[in-house]
Parts: sequence; C-alpha cells; structure tokens
Amino acid sequence: MHEVSLIENVIALVEDQRRTESFARVRVIRLQVGALGHAQPDCLRFCFDAVARGTIAEGATLEIDMIAGQGHCPACRRIVALEERLAACPLCANPEVHIIVGDELRLAELEVD
Amino acid sequence: MCVVCGCGEETLVEQDHDHEHGHAHTHAHGDVDHAHSHNLIEFGAGPAGVAVAGLSEARTIRIERDILSKNNIFAAANRARLCSTGTFALNIVSSPGSGKTSLLVRTITDLKERWPIAVIEGDQQTSRDAERIRATGAQAVQLNTGKGCHLDAHMVGHAIDQLSLAQGGLLFIENVGNLVCPAAFDLGEAHKVVVLSVTEGEDKPLKYPDMFAAADLMLLNKSDLLPHLEFDVAECIAAALRVNPRIQILTVSARTGEGMAALYAWIGAHAPREPCHV
Repeated sequence: MHEVSLIENVIALVEDQRRTESFARVRVIRLQVGALGHAQPDCLRFCFDAVARGTIAEGATLEIDMIAGQGHCPACRRIVALEERLAACPLCANPEVHIIVGDELRLAELEVD
Repeated sequence: MCVVCGCGEETLVEQDHDHEHGHAHTHAHGDVDHAHSHNLIEFGAGPAGVAVAGLSEARTIRIERDILSKNNIFAAANRARLCSTGTFALNIVSSPGSGKTSLLVRTITDLKERWPIAVIEGDQQTSRDAERIRATGAQAVQLNTGKGCHLDAHMVGHAIDQLSLAQGGLLFIENVGNLVCPAAFDLGEAHKVVVLSVTEGEDKPLKYPDMFAAADLMLLNKSDLLPHLEFDVAECIAAALRVNPRIQILTVSARTGEGMAALYAWIGAHAPREPCHV
C-alpha cells in the first residue's frame, strides 16, 4: 500500500501550492496516472479520504485521469498501444516493446476557492 | 537541523495551535515523528497539516508536478552527500525472508577490512536487524517505519545524519521486506539490488516486475538449497531478463559463501574511486 505515501506526497504538494497562492478550500485534486505504472487508482481512491482528513485536502474530490500505455516496437518500428508492462507488440508479436507513455504519476491540477 | 526538510528538535516541540486531540506533534511536512537517539529512528503515521481560514475566488491551478517530486528532492540531496564522501550506497530490496540481513552480515564480515561499512536497516518494528549488523562491528542505524511499507528518501536522510560516514566507504540500505512498494522510492542510492531466494518461485520477476525493472543487480540467494528444491535457475534468470534486459544476475549463498566473491567483485568494479559532485 505505498499509495498511502503517494497520497501524502500529493497533499504535501497541495500544501506547497497554498503557500504561494492563497486558497481556503480544495474542491478537486486531479491526478494523471499511467496505466503501466506502480500506482493502483482504486488504492489511491481508497486511502485518499483517510489520509486527507484534517488536512487542506479534506473534503476534496480526487479525480484520476488514466493515461493509456504506449510503446515503441523496435522490430516493426511502430508506436503501439500497451495494456500491460510486459505485453508483446500487438502488431508483430515482438516480445520487447519499449514503454514511452504510461509511467506517469503526476498532480495535474487543483480546483480551489 | 536538516537543511533539506528544515526539520529539527525545535520543530518537534513547536506548539502553535491549541489541541485537545491526542496526536503526536509533527513537522511542517506533516507525516513523521522523529526520535533521534540511540541510532533508532521511529517514523509513525501522524496527521498532516491544518486547515486555514480565508476566502478567495474559485479557480483551477495547473500544477503538473510529479507526485514523487518531494521524495526525489530528498533523494538528490542524499545522493549529493554520499557522493561528497565517495560513499557507494546500495538499496537492498526483496520480499521478507529472502536473506537480506544474512547477506549483509556475510558481506560485512568479508569486506570490513577493505572498506568502511555502514548500514541503514529498515523494518516496520524492532531493532533486531541493526543489532545483527552491529555484531559484525559495522555501524548501523535502525529505521522503523511503523505502518510504512517502504523507506523514503527523507527517512534515509535522517539516518545518514546519524552515521559518521568515512571517506570512500560502503553504505548498505536494507529496505523493508516488500517486493512492491520500495520500487517507487529513490533513496539516493547508486543502485537498487534485488534479492530473490530460491525458495520463492521462478516467476517472481514476472509477477512483481516493477522491482526487477528498477534494480541493476539481482542476487539469487540460498543457492545451497537448490539440491533440495525443484527450482529452475535458468527459467528464473530468463524471467528477470525479460522484465529488465540490462539486469545483472549473480547466484549466491549467504550461508555457504558460494558466489559471494562475484558480488564483491561487482562492488569493487562499481564503487567510486574518489569523491564526486552531483
């Protein structure tokens, strides 16, 4: 469950933001999470309320935009969609596809007032 | 006082708000309690931050920051400190029971004449592992994560504070036994080393790919048990290479010492010869 730590990191970034731009409340926290990365969106949502309690993020809605995986296949030299980290190339079945998109773990934006 | 995170004893006792609640006092960054003594640092989960009154217009703020950017700042600071003393740091990761501590005890016993060695021991509870390490004569700091399932770079920075690192030494950071979470957290190490024991399955690298993808070296430990097991070493190595074609793999036994010379040669080949600057 390192998702608890990830959410703590998100909240720390929100606190950082509040030091530079004053706001009283956070309505929405929007994350971008790569589908091939190590964070489970369900786990992030599951622990968010507990971790956010008593912080600036309490009561905020956590929105998670998933970023689909993409890789470059060195065999057929095309950009292909990847469903999982170790998937073979869906076009030519080459087993080694280099991931180019899908590892993201980013705090994208906040809606505040 | 830590120049990176700004925490120190004075912030530990800071009381700038009324409280009837029963939580421990935490730092500005909100998630740790520190007890900096006896080479044991306890990190428990405390509530973070406080709400602030004040009104402003509803608006959207673009941030676009990596969620682990704070950890990465601490990791970069650790890396710079370790480089300045020419310290070669390895982050040892594995599932519980793979033999990480036994590997370290053997390694320290064999290498302590050649390098000054320090160890940071990560566990949820107890100082048992640090005591095993200290019995070898090496200095060790125990980091207890409480409920935490991994070490992060901030904790490790405070553990480094407790160590007197000799020039050009080795630092082993034994992570919490967990084959998932520690993969995501850079601690400032030179390399992650994943330990897999032959009593686990050959397909572990495929089942837990993040860790094997993050590691530069894999130690296949407990090789002395191979005659008693149906463990296919070649299949295991193939699985690891499928996840990470660049990973180097050594088969070792911390108990008998088999293969350990190859590990020491690997350390000798990778450890820096002199202090660097990052």
